[in-house]
Formats: sequence, structure tokens, C-alpha cells
Amino acid sequence: MSEAISVLGGARFTGAIEITEAGLQGMISLRGDLADAALRAAVTSATGADMPDVRRITFGDTGQVAWMSPDELLLLVDYARADAVVADLSAALANKHHMAANVSDARAMFRLHGTGAREVLAKGAPVDLSPQAFGIGDLRRTRIGQLAAAFWMTDAETFEVVCFRSVGEFLFDWLCVAAEEGSLPEFL
Amino acid sequence: MTRLASGGLLIDLSETRSFTFNGQRYTAQAGDTLASALLANGQKLVGRSFKYHRPRGIMASGAEEPNALVNMGEGARFEPNQRTTTTEVFDGLMARSQNHWPTLDFDIGAINNRLPRFFPAGFYYKTFMKPRWAWKHLFEPVIRQSAGLGAVPTDPDADHYEYFYAYVDILIVGGGMAGIAAALEAGRAGAKVLLMEQTPHLGGRALVDGVEIDGQAAVDWIEAAKAELETMENVTIRTRMMGSGVFDHSYAMGYERLTDHAPETAGPRHRLWRIRAKRILTATGALERPLAFAGNDLPGVMLASAVRDYATLYGVAAGRRIVVVTNNDDAYRTAITLKQAGLEVPLILDARPQASGSLPEQARALGIRVETGKGIATVKGYKTVKAVGICDQADTGTVLETIPCDIVAMSGGWSPVVHLWSHCGGKLDWNADNAMFAPDPTRPPLGDDGLGFVLSAGTASGELHATAALQNAVQAARQAVEETGFAPVPDTPPMATAPTEEPMQPVWSMPAKAPYKLRAKSWLDFQNDVKVSDIRLAAQEGYESVEHTKRYTTIGMATDQGKLSNVNGLAVLADALNAPIPQVGTTTFRPPYTPISLGAIAGEARGKLFKPTRKSPMDAWHDSNGAVWEPVADWRRPYTYLRDDETVQQAVTREILNTRGGVSMLDASTLGKILVKGPDAAKFLDLIYTNMMSSLKPGKCRYGLMCNENGFLFDDGVVARLSEDTFLCHTTSGGSDRVHAWMEEWLQTEWWDFKVYTANLTEQYAQIAVVGPKARKVLEALGGMDVSSDALPFMGFAEGTLAGIKARAFRISFSGELSYEIAVPAAQGQAFWDKIAAAGAEFGIMPYGTEALHVMRAEKGFIMIGDETDGTVIPQDLNLGWAVSKKKTDFIGKRAMERPFLQRDDRKQLVGLLTENPADVLPDGAHAVEGGKNRYGQENMIGHVTSTYFSPTLGHSIAMALIKGGAGRMGEVLTFPCEGKVIRATVVDPVFYDKEGERQNV
Amino acid sequence: MLKLKCPACGVEAEETEFAAGGEAHLKRFGPGSDDRDFTDYLFGRKNPRGVHFERWRHAFGCGKWFHAARCTATLEVFGTYSARTTEPPADIVAAIKARRPGWEGFK
Repeated sequence: MSEAISVLGGARFTGAIEITEAGLQGMISLRGDLADAALRAAVTSATGADMPDVRRITFGDTGQVAWMSPDELLLLVDYARADAVVADLSAALANKHHMAANVSDARAMFRLHGTGAREVLAKGAPVDLSPQAFGIGDLRRTRIGQLAAAFWMTDAETFEVVCFRSVGEFLFDWLCVAAEEGSLPEFL
Repeated sequence: MTRLASGGLLIDLSETRSFTFNGQRYTAQAGDTLASALLANGQKLVGRSFKYHRPRGIMASGAEEPNALVNMGEGARFEPNQRTTTTEVFDGLMARSQNHWPTLDFDIGAINNRLPRFFPAGFYYKTFMKPRWAWKHLFEPVIRQSAGLGAVPTDPDADHYEYFYAYVDILIVGGGMAGIAAALEAGRAGAKVLLMEQTPHLGGRALVDGVEIDGQAAVDWIEAAKAELETMENVTIRTRMMGSGVFDHSYAMGYERLTDHAPETAGPRHRLWRIRAKRILTATGALERPLAFAGNDLPGVMLASAVRDYATLYGVAAGRRIVVVTNNDDAYRTAITLKQAGLEVPLILDARPQASGSLPEQARALGIRVETGKGIATVKGYKTVKAVGICDQADTGTVLETIPCDIVAMSGGWSPVVHLWSHCGGKLDWNADNAMFAPDPTRPPLGDDGLGFVLSAGTASGELHATAALQNAVQAARQAVEETGFAPVPDTPPMATAPTEEPMQPVWSMPAKAPYKLRAKSWLDFQNDVKVSDIRLAAQEGYESVEHTKRYTTIGMATDQGKLSNVNGLAVLADALNAPIPQVGTTTFRPPYTPISLGAIAGEARGKLFKPTRKSPMDAWHDSNGAVWEPVADWRRPYTYLRDDETVQQAVTREILNTRGGVSMLDASTLGKILVKGPDAAKFLDLIYTNMMSSLKPGKCRYGLMCNENGFLFDDGVVARLSEDTFLCHTTSGGSDRVHAWMEEWLQTEWWDFKVYTANLTEQYAQIAVVGPKARKVLEALGGMDVSSDALPFMGFAEGTLAGIKARAFRISFSGELSYEIAVPAAQGQAFWDKIAAAGAEFGIMPYGTEALHVMRAEKGFIMIGDETDGTVIPQDLNLGWAVSKKKTDFIGKRAMERPFLQRDDRKQLVGLLTENPADVLPDGAHAVEGGKNRYGQENMIGHVTSTYFSPTLGHSIAMALIKGGAGRMGEVLTFPCEGKVIRATVVDPVFYDKEGERQNV
Repeated sequence: MLKLKCPACGVEAEETEFAAGGEAHLKRFGPGSDDRDFTDYLFGRKNPRGVHFERWRHAFGCGKWFHAARCTATLEVFGTYSARTTEPPADIVAAIKARRPGWEGFK
């Protein structure tokens, strides 16, 4: 496992905001009946987080749970735990129709930190990112420029952004341009 | 210098700026536009017109300027066609005039001006028809040489650009008193407001029109309002930002120019705002119209409002002795302003029979001579105005008197700026009193809820008097406030006062009975050189539609898009057609309002951000090990790996021979990998694939085909059954997203009762193919998994670890060799790649690229989606009928395959080809002909080459082709006419190498 | 540019987040169907001026397909609803009739 590397090896950029490639991040795609009690219990047991509402993300001691679609969650756990969590979920839901897949390696994740983080994203995402419309725990799947991406807010000045691994470098480059010093519109 | 002692609201006399025009150094004041600075320096001649190369000067003071366009900057910051009237002067600005040679003062092209009878309306259509050869050899080269105004930039743009998405309740376009009053109303009510103003300052025409608001001078009221707005959290004011377009469902674009006035500033040059507003208020004001009299295009003939702007806002006298010519009261403001500034105003010519309003009376009281019922017959001068000849407006142009002057300030009335209202379908009404089109508030552009989402405000509504305009703006703002769910604040609306004005009188031709000689010198479109005579000629030749007339004469087609010429042009057309103006109608208003930079349209998508490139986990290794890149869908993949001074062909040959003779490795990570799981997964895949997947045993692989409902093949790949209810479906590299979406589409929209989930795991895994007779030895050297033929037979797979990395190894082959495709977590892909390379070193392992892959699959007769398929090919055409189940009652495409034309045996079918000369490689796509001609006189064609290579393994060329009735043509020799020669090739079985498949099954 | 509300995730988003999927409520005809039905299924499309039912996918969002009832002439959106239905639901029909009293109804 020591040989595992994230797409940009934790690259950082400091401009109008701080951008960090989040490194290896465990991610599990879980599809199933989100109303099912066994599924909810298994999710909470894996992450310590409650079941999120629509387009929300919840935070627990051992992970985060992101609502991705009416029948899909994304669980964020330690990279090293991902396979074990998949196994636990599969065991807990053995007699339920579901799918749990480790997608940790299929993604790149970035952390955007700074008061201008909203505006950096608003340069590429057709989303109302004003504080009135988007806050901590809100999640949005959309596009950033030409790329499919999902992002959510973990605190008042921090976003986490995920995209496919193959375009992680492209998104990082894009974010660095969008976060150029002196380039924020100061509108939001 | 022509700077006045008074005036200059926008300039700072304490700060100077230095700029050059045509290499000559000039001084400006801070706050100047390039136009005001040029006028301040006495530079009247600033360019040449498009067709006749007529001398042209500054006509307007804003976005509507048709003439004063310049080439700006140099090198990587060069940009043509920049309007001097909207360009702020900065230190070091470099401008050059356009469309002349060799110099602005002496322009050879002006010869065109002597030959106007050769350049009538539609002259392009009439002139270049015959002889036919002349187009290519004579006309086109000459036209290309002379076309266009400014020069084309040669260097890549040094600046960068961006988008910004903004969401507001109310978007207000225009920062004049109407926009400001509306912003106050909306802001106080609590709505989220964005107010954008294209110039650097707020105030609009209220600053120059002597308007008072609530008893204050407009300038003071605007300052106070601005201060209040700036305290509101919910209100944003952006200057230097133009409302460029309004689009469906209340979408608008704002074009923000961030550094045009300060090019050395960090950050993007332009920002294109993409705004979704609940309501859009167009407080865009109005534009003054020129008058059509002979010589109205001479430098020195200007809009009356512009002359006033230059005096009041910039403290610049455009000239010393100004004649005003008008059909309305507003132009008297110009005369009054200039007279009070100490300039000579020898005469006001008013085309109306009488002028008795308060403004005319004030002018008379200042001692200005006012002549009513009079107009201009001619303007004397060549590069600048020297005098005007005056005449009776009702007459034919007999000159009654000649008045020396250096400026003619003209006003033909005003037209509301209705562009943004109209972009998305807002309708207009003809207002006969003011001879203008104005928004019809009962027919606004409709939003997604079916309700109007644009409201016009102020002068833009057609309320030309300040009092009514301000009332209209407040009313519009209150309506928008209510419609966006807020409550208007019950305050006393601001009250504007200004002198009353008497009605204007339309004047479309001056004098009314101007003969041809005068009409041919009366300009309508100044940039494109369209005159009254051209429009009349078009009407005479049968053009009735204003849209056709526009294209025929090119009126309104220049970079100013007819801001000054539109209404005048269609009035002349209506007159010529003897039809009422509203019946003739307007041309369509299209975004952007004024030209915006291509950079802003492209946004961030330039250079390395132009388009996303998908990269495999081993991309960096490939890049530093000689990869020659090939785009494969959105991926880049190594085509081959160059060593030392090899040619590409040599490298490909080396890679093929090394694979066939030893062992090589391939980065196959781009292959699509879709996980399909659920109790109904097998049933579902039986419908998705043409072959039977439900009979596949867990632990085994099967090659499968996917067709669409038309029966046409669109993707293929190997399916592995991981467990009873779980399948891993491999797709083509380009097809992973498409196939995943395809599966979800059927699951969500047709078979939603199926219990199946899918996930696209393409990027979860790095997949590496180890290929060649020594492949097993390499895997054994890696260790950790039994890879013997018993434990892992052909078309089987196994899970375990290899070299300590969790792996899934598939015994599948796209080359016909002993082959393992091994999937490992993408994060460990590079580590695994390195381990294979190290373990394989003793067996001579080397990486190979996509070209070697292609050649080897072609040697085996394996098809490639996109080469052998083109959206019209069914599996049976490719000898893949064996993979189309006859047992299944249904699968996608089955019904279509029952159609008779898909069952004909003379369909194009896949065959192999061996050229007579083994060294001849057929060109890709070459057509086979069978003699005879079709009804178009073309050779009868019977098919085409789909894949073609030189096979280093076999030592001769090989090709595959789709040939009509190909299955029945074995042994036939076909003829392929190729550029320069004819290649003959024999039809053979498409499997060229190891027909029995012994090599892969060991 | 259109905006649509995805009924699956509740987001009101602009057109660039979605992929259009053509006419909604087509009935699939498979093996054994007669030529006319199959032809209509493959190629027969209404293309009306006015009320129309379309398939859309929230391609950059939650990935779900849904249906939209829309006016092709004015671009008014009467409503969006689940793709798991063979005809427009009653509330959508009522919304259309409220805005287009003369509408002849689905089919």
C-alpha cells in the first residue's frame, strides 16, 4: 500500500485561495434503497455519520456520507479502510439488493480554502454559490468548466471537490488559474 | 489643444496621460476616452471607411460610434477595431488608424471614392459573376487583400479571460438615472440586485442634459444615490461592464472589462458574467440618430449629443464654430452648452416649420440665430468640414446661403436602445410621435414560467423626457420587486425636472426632395458606406424585406451593427416602398450589444485548459519514455515509444516483433469497466448484448457485442462474470461513458422494474496487458498467483496478488498471443508497471503503443469499433453472426435485424485484402470500383478499406475492407484507384495470422 | 439557455448540466412487432409546435433521467416529472391545461 499514490501526490497552490490535492482518500460508492434501515445502519456504522438529506453531506468520526442521487451515496473513509468498509457493507446488506464499490482510486479530490473559494468555483460551475444559497454541508454535483465534478462545504471557508482521476491534473490546473491572485470578482 | 476653460466632469486636469496615435505622441487627461483625447488634440481625421476609403472622423461619444475604430496595442496585445469612444486612455496607449494605405492622410484606396458607380448596392453580387475563372485568380485575391477594417493579430493573446456565474433577483442594465433609481427601489425592498454600466462612470445622459432630480443637479443626486447603494449588502454596482445579451429563461451576459484601461494590472482582462436573474431591467437609454444630408460623413459632422458630451464631460471643444442641424428640441441643448462655453454657434437649422419650445427660446435669448424649415444641402470640405450650404427642407437642395463652420452637430431624433429587450423575443411598437421603435410592454420576452422576465426602464421604454423616464423606471422597478417576491418600500419616488420639449418631426431625407446627386452623398451606414441611394436602388430592384435589404446593401452589417443606421435605413426603405414604417419592421437584434473579445467568449479554455485530456495513471512514465501521443476519445495514449533515433515506423515494427517473438506490455487502463450487479443483472445483460451472457459461468470471460435499436453495432468488449449476480463489462476506450449511460438509460427509462445497479469503475483500475509467448514467465517472476494454463485458462480470470499488489488477471487477448490483462488499483498502477518492467527485463519486455496494438489485432482479423464500424454496420456484416444469439427472444437490436435490408446477402461484408505487390499498403478508406459508371457519371463503387497496415509479422501489407457481397468474393481481385496509381488486391479471409488461434490458447 | 428542475435531486440547473434525450413516452416495440409499429418506434416523432414531452438526463448532476413538459414555441416549462411513467401524470396535465386551455391533451 505504501506504493499507492494519488493523482498529484498532494500538490499545493497558494493564490487568492489555497488549493491542496487531498492525497489518497477512501471513497465507496453505495447504491441501494436509501430508506432501508439496514442500509442506514451500515452506513452510520462505517462512518459515524447520519444519513444525509438530499444534496447534503454529513460528517462522522470515521467518515463522511454524501448524497449523490436518490439511490446512491458516496462514503468517504480513510484510504486504507476502503476495502474493509466495502466488505462490511456487503456483509451487512448481503440479502438486500445493493452495490458497494471501492472507487477511491477512480477519483481525485481537492481542498479549496479561503474566503474566495466560493468565487473560484463560481468561475466554472453554473451554481448559485452565494452564502444564502450554499452553506456548510451542502453538496452539488455539476460541472466545473468542461469537467464533471462534485463539491461540498466542510466549513465556512472550505470546499472539497472531487472529479475523475484521469482529469485531476486538468482540474488542478484549472483551479490554479481561477484562483490567480487579484482575480476574484468580489461579488459573492 | 482644444480643451475648454469650463466643463470636464469626468476628467482630472491634474493628471496627464501620454499616448500615441499613428506614432505621434499626444497628451490626455486622466478620465479621457481616446476619442475625447484625440479631439482635444485637434485630430479630426481618425480613419477611412470600408468601401470608399472616405475620410472619417469621430461621430459619437459612446458604444454606437461607427467610424473611429483603431488598431490598438502591438504584438501579443494587439487588437483591431477598437472604438476610440469606449477606450479609456492610459499611459503608453498605442493606437493606429485603419483601412488605408500608405497613410491616413494619403490613401490610395480612396480611388474607390471616385468610382462609386462601380460600387452600388449589391455590387459584390453583380460584379464578380463572369468570367468564371476570374473569381479564383483575380477577384478573390483582390477582395481578400482589401477586406476587413483592422489588421488581424499575429501573436497569441498575452492576456487571459474568465467566466463568472452569478445569480440575482434583479439585474439592471444601465447606470443612468433610470438604472440608479431602479436599483434604489429594488435595493431598499431587499432584492439581490446587480447594476451594470458599460462606461466607467454612472449617470448617463442626465449628466449632460441639465436634469434636476428632487431639486438637486443630477450629478449630485447620482452621487448621493450611489453612496446609498454602496451601503446596501444586497446591491452590487459594476462599471465597465456591458449588458451584452439576454437569452432564454432569464439568462443574461455581462461583459466586464477589467484591465483594458490599465493593461499592466494582474488578473484577467475580461470577465464574461453568466447571469441568471429573476427579472431583467433594461435601463439602456436611447441613441441619437444622424440626419441624412449630403456630406454627412465628413470628419466634423457629429451627433449633437456627442458634441455636448465632449464639452460637458471632457471639457473638449470638438470645433470652434459649430452649426447645429436638428428636427427636435434636444439638440438645442448642445447649442446652448457650446455657446455658454464660449464657442461660436452661428446657426441652428431646424427642419421643423417652427421651434417655439423653451429650449429654442433659450437659444434665441443667447443670441443664436435659429432658422426653421431649413436644412443642409451640402457640406463643404474634404478631410474636414469647412462650411455648410443651407436650403429649404421642403425643397430639392438649392443652396440659399453658405455658412463657414468646422463642426456640424446633427440630431435626427432619438431611438431607445431596445437591443436587450429584443434579443430574446421582446416585441416593439412604432411610436409615431417620436418616430422610433419602443418596447411593447404587453409583449415581453417570456421565461420558463411563461411570464415576461424583461422590463424596460426609463428612456429605454421610449419615455424621452426626463420626468416621465424616471417615473417609468421607478414603476418598472416596483413591478420587478413585486414579481420577484419582495414588497416595494413605500417611499416618495424621485422626481426629475427638465425643460419641456416640443414634438420632433421625422426627417428621413434632407432636403425632403433631395435629387439623386445628393442622395448618393447622404450616408446612412457610415462604417459600411451605405447611402440613401443604395437603399432606394435595392427597393427599385425588388427588395421588400428589410432583412434582405440589409444583406444586399450591407446596411447595419458592420461592427456597429447599425446602431445609428437602422431606423434611418428602414425609414428610407419604407418611403421607397411607399409602405408604413412599422410594416417594413426592423431587422433582428442579436447579441452581443457591441462586439466582445473572442478571449472572453473562450474564457479559461485556452492553452493547456483548452480541452480536458484524460490521462492514465502511468501517463507521466509514458511521457518520459519516448511516448508519441495519440488522442483516443478524450484520452491520450502512447502511439508508440521512440528509442534513440528510430522513426515511428521502426518503433512500431520493433514493438510488434518483440511482442510476437517474446513479451511486451501495454497500458490498457483506458478500457471501459462497468460493474453490473443485481438479481436481474444476467437478464439485463442478455438484453444489452447481442450474445447470451446469462449462460456465462462465474470466473469466465466472454466477448460481447452491443447494438442499438437499429441493429447497428456500437461497442464491444469482454464481459467477466465476477459472481452469480455481478458482471464486469469491458468497453472500448472511447465508449466507457457512453456505454455506462446507455445501460443506465435502459434501466431508468424502460426496465425500471429490474433489480440492477451499475457503476463506472473505468478509472478505479490501472490495467496492464502482458503479451507474448513469454508473458507467463513474466507473471511467474512477479509471483503471488498461479497463472498456469490449468489455473488460469484462456478466457478465464483470477483474483489474488501479483508482486504484492491486489490484482485481477484476465486471460484475454487482442493480439492473438498468450496474454494477460491485469487490473490493479489505479493508485498502484505505476508501481505495478515498474514491477512488470523489472521482472520482465530478463525476458526482453518493452512497452508497446496503440499502433502495434492495431496492427496485431488486424493481423488476427479482430475488428475495431470505429474502423470496421461506422454506425451502419451490423455484427453479421463483420462475420460476427456467431455472437448474435438466436435463442434469446429479445435483445436491443434484435427486432431491427429482422428487417429485410439487414438480411440481404449483398450487404457490405468484411473481407481481408492482400495487395498484388506485398509492399503496397492501401490507403485508409480507399474505394474499390467494379467498372462502369453510376447515374452521376462516377465510378461504381463496391466498398472501402476499413483497416490497412504493413504487417511486420507477415512481411507484407494487410487490409480489411467492407465489400458488397464480400463473403462471396473470396479470391476475386479488386481494383482500388488511389492517388497517382491503381492498386489491385485479392479478397481473402480477414484472419491473416494464426487462423486456429493456437498462440493465444497455451 | 433553458433551465430545468431535476425532479430526482431537486436542483434547478441550467441546460448545460443536462443532456436532451428526445421525445418522451415512446413505447418500445421489440421482436415480433409489425413493421409499422416498429418504424414509428424508431423514427416516428411528433415534433409539435406547442406542448411537448421530452426526456432529459441530469448528466452532470445526479445522473437520473426525467421527463419535461415544455412548450416548443415559447419555451415555457409546465413541469418535470419522473421518467418511470408511460404518460404524463395528472398534475402535469392539469398544469398544462391551466396554461394552454386549448391543448388537445396527451396522444
